[in-house]
Amino acid sequence: MKTISEINEKIQQGKAVVVNAEEVIDLVKEKGVKHAAQHVDVVTTGTFGPMCSSGIYFNIGHSKPRIKLGGGRVYLNDVLAYPGLAAADVFFGANALPDDDPRNRMHPGDFNYGGGHVIEELVAGKDIRFTANAYGTDCYPRKRLETWLNIKDLNEAVMFNVRNAYQNYNVAVNLSDKTIYTYMGVLKPRLGNVNYCSAGQLSPLLNDPYYRTVGIGTRIFLGGSVGYVAWQGTQHNPNVLRTEAGVPKRSAGTLAVIGDLKQMSPQWLVGTSMYGYGVTLTVGVGVPIPILDEEILRHTAVTDAEIYGAVIDYSDAYPNQKPDIVGEVSYAELKSGTVKLQGKKVPAGSLSSYSKALEIADILKDWIKRGEFLLTEAVAPLPGVESGVAFKPLPERPLEI
Amino acid sequence: MAVTKRVVLHFPRRLVEQPVIYRLVKDYNLEFNILRASITAEPEEEGLLVLQLKGEQEEYDRGVKFLLKSGLKIQSLSQDVTRNEARCTSCGACVTLCPPGAFVVDPKTRQVNFDDEKCVACGLCIKACPPRAMEVHF
Repeated sequence: MKTISEINEKIQQGKAVVVNAEEVIDLVKEKGVKHAAQHVDVVTTGTFGPMCSSGIYFNIGHSKPRIKLGGGRVYLNDVLAYPGLAAADVFFGANALPDDDPRNRMHPGDFNYGGGHVIEELVAGKDIRFTANAYGTDCYPRKRLETWLNIKDLNEAVMFNVRNAYQNYNVAVNLSDKTIYTYMGVLKPRLGNVNYCSAGQLSPLLNDPYYRTVGIGTRIFLGGSVGYVAWQGTQHNPNVLRTEAGVPKRSAGTLAVIGDLKQMSPQWLVGTSMYGYGVTLTVGVGVPIPILDEEILRHTAVTDAEIYGAVIDYSDAYPNQKPDIVGEVSYAELKSGTVKLQGKKVPAGSLSSYSKALEIADILKDWIKRGEFLLTEAVAPLPGVESGVAFKPLPERPLEI
Repeated sequence: MAVTKRVVLHFPRRLVEQPVIYRLVKDYNLEFNILRASITAEPEEEGLLVLQLKGEQEEYDRGVKFLLKSGLKIQSLSQDVTRNEARCTSCGACVTLCPPGAFVVDPKTRQVNFDDEKCVACGLCIKACPPRAMEVHF
């Protein structure tokens, strides 16, 4: 019906019709799928939630005399970084903690500062304390380096998240008799509350459930700037239970994404503390979906009432890898503020910000409307339902003594 | 006219042993509900009491005057738990944890509103807030 290059031509002429994944719902109700698919060129999506598998890498440039960070130890504001890459490259993850963080020695730990917070401060242009120990070689003699680092002085500073934008996610409850502190937030005992973490009808991969347009190389909104889909994310699991309309009812696809950290904004990369669990980074991701045919349009018109999440007990089933679920609830029910589980009305809370997700979808819409952001043809598709790609548990083989 | 107010009382050590609250009830006819209390053994530190007071406006005013005259410092509670709007992402992690329901999601915008009039300064939201947007000042 339409091609991406035709849509791009319209974008460049300022004629493209762009709506967000919430607006498209009413549009389809009003015009019907057929007319809406002819009318709309692009649907924008967004999500803004804690995404633990996020990180950055950067190159600090060579000191005089030279130091080989690879094989040494590196800290950013006392938070442990990973220097196992040659002399001047460092990888740094959102979940990293300072060595002296008490963690859960006094349970539940506060986790006020860690990798996600350092990333937010670096992106905000704040100076970061960089300390390194190395072993010294003939060509890299230096053994100690302590310096302030600023993002503007780094050679490259790149965000590279190995798993973001989960297509649907677990809905968390606690069936035990005591409060538990999880990455899904504080869960009160005996079904005291239920927490979810998805933008639902706005979420990127829930609007393209079979990955028909999003693929490797897709240009996206990442952290307030432009990024790209680098690969399928880790734990990508396309072949899960789906509704008749194709919407996954369990955690399914994921994206690995990459982008220039220097262009990003701390507004869309927020250091986050999960009480009793750890630190992470709340990341803003938005994916544009080119409306190439009616089926693609129909998928973008998915509503919260048609998206179901599996309710999982984080006091037992989750930690012990048991397959049991407490039930299934729709995101419309979750967003109403209470859901009914085991005959009980349970208050529902979210970890992912819907209002910020909407803001992201609208920013992306604005970029496209102004002709600043062109759509891309995927270089290669993400593994689909038939690919055989599946998320497997660890085949643990105990070490022999 | 009847009023209900939430106040934070800071009292110096010399007053810890005085039955200040008893006087509020007896002499000023005020109903009280203790929301939070902390009294330390450190000689330099002061005691802290968070109260909900209910009574006639006139008697409430006279009661507050009595407290001030006794040497206590009084703050109204709504100023004591604040939200750093720049850090709040409106995720909603606080909504189900807040005992008096001071956080309400706007059904249209999905933004989380903080009603500090309902806040009882229990502090549950402080550490449960993922971006650490909630701040407590006593």
